[in-house]
Amino acid sequence: MSEPATDAPGLSDAERDELRRHGILLTKIEELVNLGRSKSVWPLQFGLACCAIEMIAASMARFDIARFGSEVFRPSPRQADLLIVSGTVTKKMAPQVVRLWNQMPEPKYCIAMGACAISGGPFKQGYNVLKGIDRFIPVDVYIPGCPPRPEALLHGLIQLQEQIRTAKSSGPKTTRHLRPGDCNYPVPEFGDRDLEPPANPAVWQPPQIVRSEKA
Amino acid sequence: MSNSGLEFPAPVGGSHVAAVHDPFHGDLLEVSMGPHHPSTHGVFRMMVTLDGETIVKLKPVFGYLHRNHEKLGENTSYLASMPYTDRLDYLNSMTNNWAYALAVEKLAGQPVPERAEYLRVILAELTRLLNHVCLAGFLLQDTGASGTPLMYAFREREKILDLFESLSGSRMMCNYQRFGGCRVDASPEWLAGAKHITDNFGRFLDEYEELITGNEILMARTQGVGALSPELAISAGITGPMLRATGVDYDLRKVDAYGVYSRFNFRVPLGDHGDTYDRYMIRVLEMRESITILQQALRDLPAGPIMDPKAKIRGFRPKAGEAYGRIEGPKGEIGFYLISDGSPNPYRYRVRPPSFVNLTVLEDMCLGQTIADAVIILGSVDIVLGEVDR
Amino acid sequence: METLEQIRDRLLARFPGAEVTLVTNPGAAAQHSLSLGLAHAAAMALFLRDDAELKLDYCSNVTGVDWPEKEIIESTKVSVPDPAGGPAKIVEQKTKRIQPGSLEVVYHLYSMAKKHGPVIIRLRTANRTDRANVPSLTPVWRSCEFQEREVFDLFGVKFDGHPDLRRILMWDEFTAHPMRKDYVEPDDYEWEPTPHGTVLDKAKAHYPPSALVAAAPAAPAHGAPTHAAPAPKEAPKP
Repeated sequence: MSEPATDAPGLSDAERDELRRHGILLTKIEELVNLGRSKSVWPLQFGLACCAIEMIAASMARFDIARFGSEVFRPSPRQADLLIVSGTVTKKMAPQVVRLWNQMPEPKYCIAMGACAISGGPFKQGYNVLKGIDRFIPVDVYIPGCPPRPEALLHGLIQLQEQIRTAKSSGPKTTRHLRPGDCNYPVPEFGDRDLEPPANPAVWQPPQIVRSEKA
Repeated sequence: MSNSGLEFPAPVGGSHVAAVHDPFHGDLLEVSMGPHHPSTHGVFRMMVTLDGETIVKLKPVFGYLHRNHEKLGENTSYLASMPYTDRLDYLNSMTNNWAYALAVEKLAGQPVPERAEYLRVILAELTRLLNHVCLAGFLLQDTGASGTPLMYAFREREKILDLFESLSGSRMMCNYQRFGGCRVDASPEWLAGAKHITDNFGRFLDEYEELITGNEILMARTQGVGALSPELAISAGITGPMLRATGVDYDLRKVDAYGVYSRFNFRVPLGDHGDTYDRYMIRVLEMRESITILQQALRDLPAGPIMDPKAKIRGFRPKAGEAYGRIEGPKGEIGFYLISDGSPNPYRYRVRPPSFVNLTVLEDMCLGQTIADAVIILGSVDIVLGEVDR
Repeated sequence: METLEQIRDRLLARFPGAEVTLVTNPGAAAQHSLSLGLAHAAAMALFLRDDAELKLDYCSNVTGVDWPEKEIIESTKVSVPDPAGGPAKIVEQKTKRIQPGSLEVVYHLYSMAKKHGPVIIRLRTANRTDRANVPSLTPVWRSCEFQEREVFDLFGVKFDGHPDLRRILMWDEFTAHPMRKDYVEPDDYEWEPTPHGTVLDKAKAHYPPSALVAAAPAAPAHGAPTHAAPAPKEAPKP
């Protein structure tokens, strides 16, 4: 509700606050839906490696992810809306991750937790390590760390909730499933030396860096 | 190896056939449990062939977390591999560090000062407490007691993780041991904190045991389930609490007496039946023994340097040769085999993972049991995929 | 426990015609090992397990080691007669020979019954290509089952007599043997934000030529030192 309503009929924030104090909520369906979505993000019970232990610690009594709405970690991808990729994604596991992602219903979000999920991490130079899950699925929030503290995961979750709350139904900040294009991500196959394809070109292109000669 | 005593003909077509026609007993169903499954403790996959609910064949599939740790070891220097050992068995980073440091110290003939040895024992036993309490929590989660025992376990774990963080800077990936000692000295405040936790852990264990150990559902679900005979355990190279639950008295802290373990008075609990209940109880008893060791170590910790002053940190090049060093980690025997050719990087760097070898008998333990039991049996083996797959 | 020499002598006495050599370990650990010939290896392993003195019932660790072929240059001093009739000259002659590579499997054996060990045995294959077979010791010690599969997967050593020899860590369609010294990993170095050393060389293969700007200020050299350096200089050896 803190988003300046540029396309709402001319009521300022102060006037809306005043109305709210009297128990009258003036909003758009879109904002209500986003509020509901952001405050009850249900993660998938999906832990790959060391970061998974910190994710479990975040869901335990001390750090308590339940107060942010993520009380239930769903075992089935059909019932979850958040995939927290916590841990190294190996090439052997990557097709399974993409399959799970495909099975999740829209709107779905992905958090890449830990250095390994972001870019391969400390195990980057290896024959079986996928250099970041964003090569195959679109990632919304990246949480660096090895492993990131549970507070970092909560911070990332709050960032994601911000993103969800400020999503629009059209324009550049649309939620993914409302954008035109196919929502089904192709599952990579096992080749004889590497995955085929090694990355999904629709999702990831190597960023172009301008480097100096001496680097 | 089958417990059920029935002879099932091998399914035709190999493991990719979903329903196999066995003309006399009816259809066999093949289920793939994992790699994404709440009960598989990480990305572990079991291809289970079922006759109704009874398991007829079980083939474990892993490698989903194979992070080429050994190849990385060949391309990095000895010291730079120390942070990677944290990530092997990611619940117990201190014992992984110690096993690696022990192997390199054997390779290079590097002595370790006494205070460092005592600190290593203290941290290893704290890690053992951490690991066993987590195992109890996860095992009970697998039986279906969703949440509560794990919450209690993690509450204690957080206290010990706070200790690790204030000592080494990181909760889980401590990177604390060095070749020739430890990295940071423990302050008197830290030692007081450790003593406080040790003294109160016994009371927590009493509370936990009252809640869980005498619970009839736990007993009904774990007693007699997944029994393992001592002969098979020895032949299959099982080590750690799983071996001692079958009754074999082999604890590296007593057999090898590495470090200063020979100075401590502690018992080694042994089981009678080798079933899941015994494996659970062994870990509870080992926690009590760890408390005893911790109290003795904290009482007797000598003053002195924590690092050998002649230890070479930069430019560490052990002479050509090889060494195999092993310790009793919380999951079993964790060993490192290093071949050096005189260069700063090892020629061959091998981790002997306890969970990997302990999985050899998973099929034997699960045959004839129901699929719900397979989940509990896997939980009692205590695997960590970072170690199984490296 | 008896020494390795005594074990070797007993093995040779029990299995005449077998090859058993003592491999000394030069390092400080002094963990010497026995290299067993492949023909009698399985029988000798059974003997080691069941012998009343040794009772090595626990195989702790199975490791694969890759020894690629080495070019050995030997120089010998040869006396060459002077064609002009003067005194003979001493000339150094260099001969090159290729020592064939092999794959080695190292077993660490302990005894749980007698609580002693380790006794380390090694099996070497004939070469790294078509005769990379060794007898499997899984029928003797069940703990070798998964570990031998791993050596097969990562090194390519075939174990004859293994009940279920297939890949364990890599996927089934994978063809190479990654832990070998001559393995070349797939090239996915297109996105390396801070490369240095060998990674820099691999990443440079992906740089478009237009991305290199000549006039930019100097960046720190390879293997940047941990302390602050005002000007780029040679990286100190770690």
